[in-house]
Amino acid sequence: MHSLTLLATRSIGERFYDAFIKADRWKLYLEGLGVTIQITIFAALLGVIIGMVLAFMKLSRRKNGKHSIFSLIATAYVDIIRGTPSVLQLMIMYFVILTSVNSGVLVAIISFGINSGAYVCEIIRAGILAVDSGQMEAGRSLGLSQATTMRKIIIPQAIKNVLPPLGNEFIVLMKETAIVGYVALADITRVAQQIGSRTFDYFPPLIIAAAVYFVIIKILSVLLGVLERRLRKSDLR
Amino acid sequence: MISVKNLHKSFGDLQVLRGINYQVDKGQKIVIVGPSGSGKSTFLRCLNLLEVPTEGEVWFEDIQVNGKKTDINKVRRNMGMVFQHFNLFNNLTIMDNITLAPTSLKLQTKEEAKENALALLRRVNLEEKADSYPAQLSGGQKQRIAIVRSLAMNPKVMLFDEPTSALDPEMVGEVLDVMKELAESGMTMIVVTHEMGFAREVASKVLFMDEGQILEENTPDLFFTVPKNPRLQDFLSKVL
Repeated sequence: MHSLTLLATRSIGERFYDAFIKADRWKLYLEGLGVTIQITIFAALLGVIIGMVLAFMKLSRRKNGKHSIFSLIATAYVDIIRGTPSVLQLMIMYFVILTSVNSGVLVAIISFGINSGAYVCEIIRAGILAVDSGQMEAGRSLGLSQATTMRKIIIPQAIKNVLPPLGNEFIVLMKETAIVGYVALADITRVAQQIGSRTFDYFPPLIIAAAVYFVIIKILSVLLGVLERRLRKSDLR
Repeated sequence: MISVKNLHKSFGDLQVLRGINYQVDKGQKIVIVGPSGSGKSTFLRCLNLLEVPTEGEVWFEDIQVNGKKTDINKVRRNMGMVFQHFNLFNNLTIMDNITLAPTSLKLQTKEEAKENALALLRRVNLEEKADSYPAQLSGGQKQRIAIVRSLAMNPKVMLFDEPTSALDPEMVGEVLDVMKELAESGMTMIVVTHEMGFAREVASKVLFMDEGQILEENTPDLFFTVPKNPRLQDFLSKVL
């Protein structure tokens, strides 16, 4: 009741002032943003590495055309990761498996990297399968090995296919890092929430945090668009 | 040069090839015709192991192509293949399409391969397309490039899998002209096609395939004038 009457008497400018300028609170957002970006970038890198390895495992076949053991392992990995909530995976990592790791940020990077790897695996696999099978046949018919054809023909074409969904995955990943508050990490979402509880006014800090996510993701989208257009060079008529 | 013994191929329960025996000598131009689904393309693809035979043997010179210990990549260097849908490498320029295999297999230096490619491009009148990408070419141009790309490996035999079937009618001629010129140069060729004119003009032997078997083999003259097999007679009455 007390806080509500207080709010009613204050202008929106004053409320944002309290949430952002007062007591140098903007520094808290900045630190929170640092945590968010750190986790996002390194988890994305880890995710791409894991995803690539998994994709090739999943595509591998035995001589008779059946799934290889690697393929089955990768399939199980993807099933387990996609079949459980990422917030649970994070908590299991933090409270059960990686309890000896001191850095919470590192635990979050590993947890999100493992999670993102499963999705990236499917993105890359789909990107490779989308390349016309005639491309591989043409390469093989010239005497090139499967590996060489993959490297010089299939993968360059697959990269164009995977870029849009991969960009999407990075964006989802960045927003998903907002759950690190569950394991006591102060990312930008958690910071906004803390400031709200300090000032008894949640509206301004939450809006500020949302705006920060939006701006960063907008910039990322523009950059991805530029890259995509550059890679489409060979499609121009 | 190529000999095929008792070749069988099934996809699951579907028997596509049912015992093919044939021998191709150096310099011969073999044209294979037949209704769709008769196994012509599968037969051709078994020759360079794009399809693995379920039974039988394929020999190229003194190497068993489908032998367990055969390095198939080495065999394929000598067997060029041209596809119905061209299959040019979309991410590479025409020049790189042609030079990729000879250079990455270290058969030619970059300079040699380039020179060789330019000479081949001149032969098919597409020199000015060297820096274009496949998407910028017409179907006929793509197919001529695809032929040149195979020739850049200096193959001993060329396999053509319906090379004009995906082309607009007015572009068929330019591709057939390249193939005729290639035939005159002495290349051993095996061609699956529906172009009866080409068969009549170029073939040393024409084969008729139906339901996974070779039902008739003859010189083009006799093949078209006095067909013996009733199914061939029926087929010819429909396509001629």
